[in-house]
Amino acid sequence: MDSLQERTDQVFVRTNMLTPSAPPKRTSGAIGWVRANFFSSWGSALATIIVLYISYRIAVPAINFIFVNGVWSGSSRDVCTNTAQGGVQPPEWFGGCWIYVHSYFAQFIYGFYPAPERWRADLVFALFFGGLIPLLVPRVPFKAFNIIFMIVVFPVATFILLTGGHVHFLGFLLPNWLISPSPLKFAIDYAILTAIALAAGYAIARGTQSDPRPTLHGITGAMGLFAIVLILMAMNFGLQPVETSRWGGLLLTLVLAVTGMAVALPLGIILALGRRSKMPVVRLLSTIFIEFWRGVPLVSVLFMASVMLPLLLPEGVSFDNLLRALVGVAMFSAAYMAEVVRGGLQAIPKGQYEGAKALGLTYWQMMGMIVLPQALKIVIPGIVNIFISLFKDTTLVLTIGLFDFLGQIQASFADPNWASSVQVVTAYSFAAGMYFIFCFSMGQYSKFMERRLDTGH
Amino acid sequence: MLAETMSSTNSSTDSSRAASPEDSIAVDIIGMDKWFGEFHVLREINLRVMRGERIVVAGPSGSGKSTMIRCINRLEEHQKGKIIVDGIELTDDVKRVHEVRREVGMVFQHFNLFPHLTILENCALALIWVRKMPRKQAEEIAMHFLERVKIPDQAYKYPGQLSGGQQQRVAIARSLCMNPRVMLFDEPTSALDPEMIKEVLDTMVGLAEDGMTMICVTHEMGFARQVANRIVFMDQGQIVEQNEPGAFFLNPQTERAKLFLSQILH
Repeated sequence: MDSLQERTDQVFVRTNMLTPSAPPKRTSGAIGWVRANFFSSWGSALATIIVLYISYRIAVPAINFIFVNGVWSGSSRDVCTNTAQGGVQPPEWFGGCWIYVHSYFAQFIYGFYPAPERWRADLVFALFFGGLIPLLVPRVPFKAFNIIFMIVVFPVATFILLTGGHVHFLGFLLPNWLISPSPLKFAIDYAILTAIALAAGYAIARGTQSDPRPTLHGITGAMGLFAIVLILMAMNFGLQPVETSRWGGLLLTLVLAVTGMAVALPLGIILALGRRSKMPVVRLLSTIFIEFWRGVPLVSVLFMASVMLPLLLPEGVSFDNLLRALVGVAMFSAAYMAEVVRGGLQAIPKGQYEGAKALGLTYWQMMGMIVLPQALKIVIPGIVNIFISLFKDTTLVLTIGLFDFLGQIQASFADPNWASSVQVVTAYSFAAGMYFIFCFSMGQYSKFMERRLDTGH
Repeated sequence: MLAETMSSTNSSTDSSRAASPEDSIAVDIIGMDKWFGEFHVLREINLRVMRGERIVVAGPSGSGKSTMIRCINRLEEHQKGKIIVDGIELTDDVKRVHEVRREVGMVFQHFNLFPHLTILENCALALIWVRKMPRKQAEEIAMHFLERVKIPDQAYKYPGQLSGGQQQRVAIARSLCMNPRVMLFDEPTSALDPEMIKEVLDTMVGLAEDGMTMICVTHEMGFARQVANRIVFMDQGQIVEQNEPGAFFLNPQTERAKLFLSQILH
């Protein structure tokens, strides 16, 4: 065996360390990026050419339809139909009848909301976007006030503005023969409900073996705050009442979607925690809820809520149609959200739970500060998926007689004044464009949030 | 038993307890058995650890060493026997469990730092939310212990940016911030590469010299020889042999211990 020293080509001692240098021109920068992404191999180059060709074939007719041949002014179907059909356009014309969209625009946005009261809907839109956008931008300060505004002030203001407030509360628990319906009966019923909630909160606190006092304080505070909200809702602000059957268009879509999202996320988190709980009753109830609402299609949920619920309720008690739709959509989405969040909880290593427990953190401290922040961050794609899906599922309320954005568009097809062969294409392209703007924005914000949250670790 | 009457009158402060012989017992495991389903993982464990003692628990894998120390802070539940920590008996009563966890610190093999919080936040978290301290005071204490484990300059970084040895030292500091009476170590150096093992062991030796009661599951026999008052050798869920380190390494009494030592000491 000769020693390593004798095989001089394998003995090596570096005398000076190399400094980093720039990569070769052809593999970096703009040229490198195009080569790597589009022309990295013969197959890739061929695919690039095919895709460019298909894009060209789609984009050119689309631009023709939307911009080149689009009709932006006029007053009746004449401008949107060709000469053979009785209009002014040449026989080969195929373009968007945007003037029709423009003339129906208010209805697409507000539905049948009375025209003189539309400022209330505008105010709600302003409050919504004005409160939401600062919340979404990370650098804007006063996030705590912003959150309180969006969670407490905004919903109450929206309800009062859109419905007109001045609700007559008549009681809901005790039977009518005991006390006749009146605000006093409502107050008594509310007190009974508060007592039941306190008892349930105490039981759950003992079950998760936490100190009951903060839970009881929390419930008392919440019921007190809710009582203030109810008083505000009962006050007369001089607004003309507008029944929910007159709400429609984008206004209705946003009401359904935002309410659904706002309820589904916290309720879904609670259900996910409940399904993983060690208490058998809580686990059973959570599982039943989730499996029931996931097992039925949303259409049938809405349909049954709309048609069957009145048959089950006692005489004279009626449930607002929109409220039924809101509850159905919220419960449905909460069940899906619960499973998504549960997946996130399962992905957190057991060591995180143990590290928190070993420090002496209570169950809710561990969940709130250690586990849920990590779990929710992991499942942001799943959560945003549900939100986007929910936004588009709101179109199903047409089956129960509510005319959301798409419903209004479809209802406008009945107008003979604008009937033409391009009417349907125009309208649905417009609808698709609007839905795309909302859903794509949600997706882009989700991407932004994920990238931001990745910086810490 | 005196310990039980004292623990029933004791709330969360220990200044109300009078000094007594029982005070010097840090951990008392009496006749403890544990099953995982049908599997009898811990059999008749009897272990008494006095305050200021350093115990090293050694043995082959699967012998139940980690399970035993995890029973001490109720990360695992025992089915039979008694475990009394700092005068508080461990039962299903969650208030007692939380009391014990406040007084017992644990360092894990895989560190279990919280990746979404900075090092300083990791250490101050329990002080703020369990001991209910104001944030400024908690952060001062956290910085003090980070200096003690010699990494104060990393306070505003995230765990993912630190090396394994640094992370484990942060984990030790995090437990020390709560001022525990007993520290449990579950194979603290097993996930570290050799260069970093020394810095963690040095930290633990420093702790021992300051008088901390330590129960340590480890394979580092050099550390055991240097620091331990007692080696507890376990096999198949039972304590097979207990002795001073010198006597244990030179003169193991049981066949099992002899076999174990012949494998790990070359």
